[in-house]
Amino acid sequence: MLHFDNSMNDNIHDSTQETSPVFRTLGLTKIYEMGEVKVHALRGIDSELYAGELVVLLGASGSGKSTYMNILGGLDRPSSGEVYYGDQDLTHATESELTEYRRQHVGFVFQFYNLIPSLTAIENISIVTEISENPMHPQEALELVGLADRMDHFPSELSGGEQQRVAIARAIAKKPTVLLCDEPTGALDSETGCLVLSAIEQINKELNTTTAVITHNISIGNMADRVIHLADGQISNVEENPDKIHAKDITW
Amino acid sequence: MQRTLHGEPVKTINRKLFRDLQGTWGQALAIIMVIAAGTSTFIMSITTYDALVNTRDAYYRDYRFEDVFASLNRAPESLLEVIQSIDGVDKVESRVIASAKLTVEDFSEPILGQVVSIPDIGEPSVNRLYLLQGRFPDSVRDDEVILNEVFANAHQLVPGDSLEMIIKGRLETLRVVGIALSPEYIYQVAPGAIMPDFKRFGVMWMSRDAVGKAFDMDNAFNNIALTLQSGINAKDVIVELDLILEPYGGRDAQEREWQISHRIFKSDIDQLEQMAGMFSSIFLGVAAFLLNIVVSRLINTQREIIAALKAFGYSNFDIGLHYLGYVGIIVTIGLMTGLAAGIWLGQALSGLYMEFYRLPYMEFELRLSILTIAVLITFIAASVGTLFAVNRAVKLPPAQAMQPEPPAKFRKSMFEKLALFQSLPQMSRMIIRHLSRKPVKASLSIAGIALACAILVVGTFFRDALEFLIDIEFGLAQREDMTVVFTEPSSRNAYYNLMNMDGVLYGEIFRSVPVRLVNSHKTYLTSINGFQQEQDLHRQLNTQHQAIKIPEQGILLTDYLGEILGVNVGDEIELEILEGRRPVEKLRVAGLVNQYFGIGAYMNINSLNRMMREDDLISGVYLKIDSDYEQQIYDELKDMTRVANYESNRHIVQAFNDTSAEMVYIFVGFIFSLAVIITFGVVYNTARIALSERSRDLASLRVLGFTRGEISFILLGELVVLTLIAIPVGMLIGRILSWYMIQEIPKEIFRLPLIIEYSTYAISATVVIIASILSGLVVRNRLDHLDLISVLKTRE
Ligand SMILES: Nc1ncnc2c1ncn2[C@@H]1O[C@H](COP(=O)(O)OP(=O)(O)OP(=O)(O)O)[C@@H](O)[C@H]1O
Ligand SMILES: [Mg+2]
Repeated sequence: MLHFDNSMNDNIHDSTQETSPVFRTLGLTKIYEMGEVKVHALRGIDSELYAGELVVLLGASGSGKSTYMNILGGLDRPSSGEVYYGDQDLTHATESELTEYRRQHVGFVFQFYNLIPSLTAIENISIVTEISENPMHPQEALELVGLADRMDHFPSELSGGEQQRVAIARAIAKKPTVLLCDEPTGALDSETGCLVLSAIEQINKELNTTTAVITHNISIGNMADRVIHLADGQISNVEENPDKIHAKDITW
Repeated sequence: MQRTLHGEPVKTINRKLFRDLQGTWGQALAIIMVIAAGTSTFIMSITTYDALVNTRDAYYRDYRFEDVFASLNRAPESLLEVIQSIDGVDKVESRVIASAKLTVEDFSEPILGQVVSIPDIGEPSVNRLYLLQGRFPDSVRDDEVILNEVFANAHQLVPGDSLEMIIKGRLETLRVVGIALSPEYIYQVAPGAIMPDFKRFGVMWMSRDAVGKAFDMDNAFNNIALTLQSGINAKDVIVELDLILEPYGGRDAQEREWQISHRIFKSDIDQLEQMAGMFSSIFLGVAAFLLNIVVSRLINTQREIIAALKAFGYSNFDIGLHYLGYVGIIVTIGLMTGLAAGIWLGQALSGLYMEFYRLPYMEFELRLSILTIAVLITFIAASVGTLFAVNRAVKLPPAQAMQPEPPAKFRKSMFEKLALFQSLPQMSRMIIRHLSRKPVKASLSIAGIALACAILVVGTFFRDALEFLIDIEFGLAQREDMTVVFTEPSSRNAYYNLMNMDGVLYGEIFRSVPVRLVNSHKTYLTSINGFQQEQDLHRQLNTQHQAIKIPEQGILLTDYLGEILGVNVGDEIELEILEGRRPVEKLRVAGLVNQYFGIGAYMNINSLNRMMREDDLISGVYLKIDSDYEQQIYDELKDMTRVANYESNRHIVQAFNDTSAEMVYIFVGFIFSLAVIITFGVVYNTARIALSERSRDLASLRVLGFTRGEISFILLGELVVLTLIAIPVGMLIGRILSWYMIQEIPKEIFRLPLIIEYSTYAISATVVIIASILSGLVVRNRLDHLDLISVLKTRE
């Protein structure tokens, strides 16, 4: 089930490890103003993510993981500091540049799935593939997450885990250069969670997609190239993981 | 798969659009109905207006309707050449117009005929006739007439039938040879009357020779009608014409603008246009508001979807277009329905008008520009309603939109600090808190429902105003049963003769002379009526509707006449009498008379006769009669040589009631449906949105043990409060719009008071309440089927 046909492989560029970072952030801060109260979501993050690597972001609730990821994905802008995607300055990009960036390069998996309730599973995927340049077939994406037989079901007819898998299929269907997943297994049992993580792993490996996964589950860190720990809006620790294991071998 | 450029249709996102429409079909339908009602009213009124104006213009042109007209006492036919030679005059027609008593078989009540001459040979060169049936009179016969169609129809007279005319006591039998229409009598109404009475007043045409013989007008004329060459200023011609006619008892010549039939017809047409503007704006305003609340709500529930779409790379433009597409479909369906219905209704209404005015033909044409305007206005109104909401939606940064909407903020309003609020049960407090949380939306809902109520008031108030007018004018002012007019000023003997008739209980004499009233450069042509000091039947009223005594000295004027002439009580005006020795005098205005129709000047009969330097003469008598003798009195008056005309107030009121009832009933059904559509649109949408915003709260309450009735109370109570506030507001708006409507009516015919009966308010309120209850029931039905599990499961 989890394999690409040859035609797909033709499109995949050479997966030799590159040294130049895909993402670079400098002194990234984010302050939310809630009336008189200021919430410091990020307090100066310097980080680099490299091409093709799989990074796991760990941290307590409210530590700023989603905020950080949203800024990387061009969904939000920092209050100060800088963020680069390759050479592209995302901090000062215009609205339409950010839109173009998201359309061409980014695959999102949201914490709360965010499927469109009025569209079926397959339609939720084609709404994305229709606007990307070189996507896989929506059905193929559904097969990757093991839901091909549910393609005509509406989100309300799917369980939470199934919805999450559709969300992942939707993110990988455009064959993004970066895949950003916010708690993709939050609502899943360990077996389905493995399935989802394997799909992510496969995309990461076969398409050389730079992948970031947010989780509260420390054991998921075992499949990462690196684990970044966030605490109170700052990076508290970065672990290299030279002997990473396959997603399917993770247990929790 | 291909890359999609801006604006190019995207398959899946369009599918979402149709599903969204499906999910909100009830609300969409309600809005479609409001838009359709608005556009159809607009198209209907404007196309009918266009059709009437086009038809009128063509009819006037083809049948050479007079540009200028004048009446005079008597002038020799030779004067015609002089008139023809006035610069700018195109066609001239000299005519004899006279009145006569008529009798028609099987109709015992008095009929006043207006006889208009037509040339012995050929057709009139001005005011041509549109012959519907029969032929023109034969010039060698002097008993042949053509009847105006409305009069002929009222008595079912056809060519070959006969009727009788009484002139100078002589009974002449007339043969109907034709039935015709004339641009001059589109609105056939007796001189001085306010409402047409097709049975008791009729226009007929006879050959000039026959009329000349019958009315002693051989080789003479008493009326002149002319058309002008194009580009000629009527005022210049009138000045010359007045000079020429002056020696022959000419009354001031007038422009077509002042011709009675034309004037009433025009005011009706103008009201149509006014209504088109007013009703369409109300509907489009309400539609814009409804679209705004529905789209805002849709966007609110979809803020996370919008964020997700943006995260995938859909641009603000794509998303904006998507929601505009939703609006666009609703608007387009509403518009198409409205256009189709409007064209159909326009044809139907034009047909009704054509029937009502007996127009010979109808030039119905749908102007492309009107369609364009309708489409543009509707789309602009819809855009105003939605762009703001759509703009807000796309401006939201995706990361922020992804967050669930923060719980609704509540604050205690000023109102809640009142002791009254503290004593309310918790459920009522919820209602008030919800309403005061979104004051703008609540106010707009109130405005929408209020406008429905206002439409009902405007649509039906005319009847109240007219009834009031009739009550005052015929109940308090003109209390006589009958008015008898003599052929010429007569001595008191004529009065005594009438008083000696069986069944005549009481009489009041009057003298009436034509006059031109002058105040510096302002003049007005009317008549002075002389009365005795104390009038019991025919009275003049002040603003409190109390009788005014006729002063010994000075003159009373209709209040509106004072306005026209720019004079007030105490000012002096000049009177140029247009009869007898034609004296010119100055008199002081002794008072103003409160009068809702008609215009006149009133003074003491003795002073008037003295001013005329004539004996104690009278023009007619107002009678109070014993109703048992009514028929007998008619029969006797018919045969009295001296009596030119007699009419009964009872018949005037009856004719009035018939005409106004007919007008009102055609209109009422239409107005009611419009009001119901608006009310339903507003109430249903408000309720559905309240339901969608609060289904979670309500479901939670159900889980906590509240009954269906109780949660319905919380939700529908809001609507009850909105409706109850809206009704008085609507009544007030209705009153203002009614006031605006009556400004358009020509004041020299009617001065409609702004009278709206409680019953009209009550009916308007009832219709709104019923429509409101019905929409509430539809929502209640949904509320009863609230799926507790699914509502609680969905995250919002
Ligand atoms: N739109 C916002 N407005 C105000 N405050 C926000 C907003 N988004 C996030 N925050 C605050 O910023 C901080 C970081 O939020 P963030 O969502 O990044 O945390 P997180 O690490 O993803 O937490 P979790 O594991 O619970 O998802 C939190 O305190 C949060 O309350
Ligand atoms: Mg988070």
